[in-house]
Amino acid sequence: MSLSTQIGVKESVTEDSFIQGVKDCIPTLLGYISIGLAFGVIAITSNLSVLEIFLLSVLVYAGSAQFIFCGLYLAGAPFSVIILTTFIVNLRHFLMSLTVAPNLTRYSTLRNVGFGTLLTDETFGVAVTKIMKEKHIGGNWMDGLNLTAYLTWIASCTLGGVLGKWIPNAENWGLDFALIAMFGALLVLNLVDVGKSKLMHYLKLIALMAIILYILLYFVPGHLAVLIATVIVATIGVVTEK
Amino acid sequence: MTTSLSMILLMIGCALVTWLPRVIPFILVRNVELPDVVLKWLAYIPVCILSALVLESLFSAEGAFVTFDWLNLAAFIPTMLIAITTKSLSKTVVVGVLTMAILRFFF
Repeated sequence: MSLSTQIGVKESVTEDSFIQGVKDCIPTLLGYISIGLAFGVIAITSNLSVLEIFLLSVLVYAGSAQFIFCGLYLAGAPFSVIILTTFIVNLRHFLMSLTVAPNLTRYSTLRNVGFGTLLTDETFGVAVTKIMKEKHIGGNWMDGLNLTAYLTWIASCTLGGVLGKWIPNAENWGLDFALIAMFGALLVLNLVDVGKSKLMHYLKLIALMAIILYILLYFVPGHLAVLIATVIVATIGVVTEK
Repeated sequence: MTTSLSMILLMIGCALVTWLPRVIPFILVRNVELPDVVLKWLAYIPVCILSALVLESLFSAEGAFVTFDWLNLAAFIPTMLIAITTKSLSKTVVVGVLTMAILRFFF
C-alpha cells in the first residue's frame, strides 16, 4: 500500500465495486469516529448503559438525533416528545433519500430498502458527489459505502461508552469540526463541475440560503431551519433557472 | 450493561420515525415516475442541503440575537481554502480538525 494513496471521489472509476465504496467512505470516517466517541461519552454521563448506547447507534443511526435523545432523556421529557423531536431532526433524510433514490431504481425493492436504511448525511454527501461527477452510482458501491459508515459508527459510539470517563473532552481536539469541514468539502466538490453560468446561479442561491437561514434561526431550532431553508431555496433555484 | 423494557420501546419508536423517511422515497420512486419539475427540484437539493448544514454551523442562535459562531467561522475559512485548492475530502477534514484544535488551544 502506497502512502500517497489517493482516496476519494476524485477517481473516475465507473465499475460498481464494493471495495471502492469502502475506500470512498474513508475520508468521512474521522467524522464518524470523533462524533461517535463523543456521543458514547456524553451518553454515559446521561445515565445510558453501554448496551443502550450500542442499541441506539444500531437502531437510530443518526448523530444529532442521538445527542438530542440523550439530552431529552436526561431532562425527563415524555416519550412522545422524544420520538417527535427525533422525527423532525431526521426528516431531512427524506429529501436526501428522494435525491439519491432515482439513481438506484434498477435494483430490487429489498436492496433499495437497504440503501435507504443506511443513508446518512455523510453517505448522502459522498453519493451525490459521485452522481454529480460520474452521472451514475452502483448498488455494490453504495453498500460498501453504507456498511463501512454504519459499522464504524456503531463501533465508535460503543467504544466511547466503554471508555467513558477516561476520554478527555473530544471538543478540545477540534474533532467535532470534522463534520463541518467535510460538508464544506463536499459542497465544493459538488460545485466544481457545474460550469460557469450555473456556478453563478448556485453561488447566488447559497447567499440567499445564508439570509433565509439567519432569519429562520430566530424562530425555529437549527435542524428545522436547515429543512425549511433547503425546501425554499431549492424551489427558488428551479423558478429562477434559465 | 442493562436496559429496561420502556427504554427498548422508546428506542424502537425513535428508530421507526428515523427509518421511514429514509426508506419511503426508495420504495416510492420505484413505483411512481417523478415529474420533470420534481427531478429538476431534486437536482438543487445536494447543494442546498450541504450549504444549509454548513451555514447553520457557522451561526450561533444561543443569545437574543443570531450571530456568527466566530470560532467555527475562523476555522472554516482556511478549511474552505484547502477544499478549493486540493478538492480532496480527506485533506480538508484533517486540515479543518487541526485548525480547530490550534484555535481552541489559544482561545
